[in-house]
Amino acid sequence: MTHPRSGLAAAAWLAPKALGVVFGLFIAVCLQPALAGEGGNLQPTIQKATKGERCVAEPAVMRRDHPAMLKHQRDDTVHAGIRGAKHSLAGCIGCHAGAQTGSVAQAPGDFCVSCHRYAAVTIDCFECHSGKPRAVALKAGP
Amino acid sequence: MTQPANPPTAARRALLAATAAGALGVLLAPGIHLIEVARAATPSTGADARKRWGLLIDTTKCATGCTDCVDACQHENGWPAVPTPTSAQWIRKIEIKEIRTGRSASVPVMCQHCAEPPCVDVCPTGASFKRADGIVLVDRHTCIGCRYCMMACPYKARSFVHEPVSDQRPDVPRGKGCVESCTLCVHRIDRGESMTACAEACAKAGHHAIVFGDLNDAGSEIARRVREIRTTVLRADLGLDPGVRYQGL
Repeated sequence: MTHPRSGLAAAAWLAPKALGVVFGLFIAVCLQPALAGEGGNLQPTIQKATKGERCVAEPAVMRRDHPAMLKHQRDDTVHAGIRGAKHSLAGCIGCHAGAQTGSVAQAPGDFCVSCHRYAAVTIDCFECHSGKPRAVALKAGP
Repeated sequence: MTQPANPPTAARRALLAATAAGALGVLLAPGIHLIEVARAATPSTGADARKRWGLLIDTTKCATGCTDCVDACQHENGWPAVPTPTSAQWIRKIEIKEIRTGRSASVPVMCQHCAEPPCVDVCPTGASFKRADGIVLVDRHTCIGCRYCMMACPYKARSFVHEPVSDQRPDVPRGKGCVESCTLCVHRIDRGESMTACAEACAKAGHHAIVFGDLNDAGSEIARRVREIRTTVLRADLGLDPGVRYQGL
């Protein structure tokens, strides 16, 4: 035998749940355009290298190890005067300078900045180093 | 009966064929072409410990009022053209006068690239260092901007960068918060050039008062002049053995 008030109790139990589901759906629909910004992709937009066909190492290696490569070579260059080796910052800049700015670190879309911004990494390479290839920077003058 | 020379010939043929194949640019190994081997970076050999780079400044030829060396250094290295009391200056002209005789001279002074550099002794991080070829430099990656080296230098050769810097020269990184000084145009030396910007400008102006070269190379002009002419170093009493020498002071 069912209690006369059990139907009412079930309705009272279900109502907030249903409201929650409806509200959740509403929020999801509202947020969709915001999440779908930049083509529905949250990954940074990486510009393709302007010249050169192949990097000094595979992309997966470069993504993980480029800081160590640069750090190792910078000490060789500054202290021992060895220049023009494989993993030079000038080499990165030479291929990856943006087509619009001519730099790897000037605009938010430039090669270095786009990824570091996404990864919330603050680098200070370009507080001292020119972000432009040698030929471009020399033409522009100091 | 002698053995026929067939086996060695065959081996030689195989070697020649392999060499020819390589020279024609076919695959050496999967994914590697000769053209890529050729394009691979060939790093420079680096600072040579047998060398001791230095400058000889002939004060009898240095013209009073001429700042060509200073201007050339400024343009080469990108430090401020119009110096403020606190801005960086890598080379400056000093006018000196002997009060008793009235003889005056104009002298460019920059980092003296000491063999026993006090700036290196005091640096707490190892950022101030001497290269194998005698050039005294600041490694900006490790410089914390404490300016202890500036206090230690008896020549006041070093400057601190107080303001953010933009549009640096590609060969000369500079930035706020570091100490810097004359690098003896180290980027030129590493490229194999044999002239600093100041010496080049002085020669171009027709003064030829600055000679750059390897003090250890007995055949170089600077070594010959130092050997034949009486030259002095600034503050010889400190025993720092500077790489910059002055004639006619």
